Amino acid sequence: MTFSLLIAQLINGLQTGSVYALVALGYSMVYGIIKLLNFAHGDIIMVGAYMVYYAIASFALPPVVAIALAVLVSTLLGVFVEKVAYTPLRSAPRLSLLITAIGVSFLLENGAQLVFGADQKSMDPMITGSIMLGQINVSYVAIVTIVVSVAIMILLSFVVNKTKAGKAMRAVSEDMGAAQLMGISLNRTISMTFAIGSALAGVGSVLYLCAYTQASPTMGSMLGIKAFVAAVLGGIGSIPGAMIGGFTIGVLEALVAAIGFSMWKDAAVFLVLIIVLLFKPTGFLGKKIQEKV
Amino acid sequence: MGNILNVNNINVYYGAIHAIKGISFKVEEGEIVTLIGANGAGKSTTLNTISGLLRSKTGDISFMGSSISKMSPNKIVQSGLVMVPEGRRIFLGLTVEENLEMGAYTRPKAEIKSSLEEVYELFPRLKERRTQIGGTLSGGEQQMLAMGRSLMAKPKLMMLDEPSMGLAPLLVDLIFEIIADLHKAGATILLVEQNAQAALSIADRAYVLETGKIVKTGPGRDLISDPDIKKAYLGA
Repeated sequence: MTFSLLIAQLINGLQTGSVYALVALGYSMVYGIIKLLNFAHGDIIMVGAYMVYYAIASFALPPVVAIALAVLVSTLLGVFVEKVAYTPLRSAPRLSLLITAIGVSFLLENGAQLVFGADQKSMDPMITGSIMLGQINVSYVAIVTIVVSVAIMILLSFVVNKTKAGKAMRAVSEDMGAAQLMGISLNRTISMTFAIGSALAGVGSVLYLCAYTQASPTMGSMLGIKAFVAAVLGGIGSIPGAMIGGFTIGVLEALVAAIGFSMWKDAAVFLVLIIVLLFKPTGFLGKKIQEKV
Repeated sequence: MGNILNVNNINVYYGAIHAIKGISFKVEEGEIVTLIGANGAGKSTTLNTISGLLRSKTGDISFMGSSISKMSPNKIVQSGLVMVPEGRRIFLGLTVEENLEMGAYTRPKAEIKSSLEEVYELFPRLKERRTQIGGTLSGGEQQMLAMGRSLMAKPKLMMLDEPSMGLAPLLVDLIFEIIADLHKAGATILLVEQNAQAALSIADRAYVLETGKIVKTGPGRDLISDPDIKKAYLGA
């Protein structure tokens, strides 16, 4: 493998990885706040992708409108699922919540088959062309995907670390009872977390469609699982962890494919997850804060 | 001076366990009132019910004239009733200053800065450590942070749940001094303590809880010399 091919594959990996990272952020934030592995998260992306497809392929709306629609619908759907399926179970055992999430995932996938049809929908690429950087051919899609993702992650870090709402989210994720005693509204803060996570999934769906130009009812499941692995690998509950996890998995897949084992890339991802968890069960950045008493 | 808090015949259950059995008490403006009692007597349960984290099956709790027994915890805080929970429960992953900001969550941004200065004046140690995360503080500092955090809400009534728990004797004295100072400055305080000696010595009035019932009440200095109380709680 030549050096320029390696670099090209790394860029491919970063492109896929940034989509994983955006989706992983939603997993990680929701887990951080209500300790729920929201398995319906991947399917939110699927719905977002269909919105883009219909807006562009059926109604010929401008891409900007399609993107806004995808993000809006994903956000509303995420908050709707939280209100209808998860809020009533807030004091129920975690397992009930987990099973409900899996149920919601099935519901969305099968509902999508009913509404959108079981076949794949293909559309023309939204972004075409590429640029030569030295010896390396880099597609505009890759550049847009990476730049948009990184910009969103910086914005998210700012929101979570510096704004009042972000601090409230961190407070709730650490100690729900104590956060309530500060006057923080649990309902509002949890809904906001779902809204942000689902909006990121909406952006992820657009970037996914830019790269693969296909929507299908089950597209969310594998993407969701990969993002879940990314979140766990980075340390679930940790926002920078989700980003690192996402990029790691994306690059790993690209490199495994580059050395000729593209059929094995999913297996390689899970193998790395197992190895990392054997040595660092909390993932790269997940750690328990030591409490002094 | 009127009643700021009125607890009227509340009953609280944990599943089938009847934890609070029809207790009633009041706190008047400017008072320090203490609830004392052994482990499991229902002291913390009472405070958690007042702050809305637990619900009373019957009876009513009113704060500044209006009923709060069905209000959500965050609304209760907004109305000016703030609790420093047992075990401090500061946010270990947030910095000292972020913890204090969370205490002022219900207040407008413009007022926070001056409150921060007031709290830092009361607890200079917190100012030194303002950028440190809560998890790195010692137990005494965490208690100061927990109290500072609730002062940030400008409470009309402050409830303190076992502020001396797990602290070295010197720090216990310091915390009680601070509570007495706050009282002098006009704060109204409802204090729950296992350290009956210290609590009774600063309290205007006290209620003694035993297995979910109030068995005795009176001014703090009277109870401190009451033979039954001495025997049961003061180890004399």
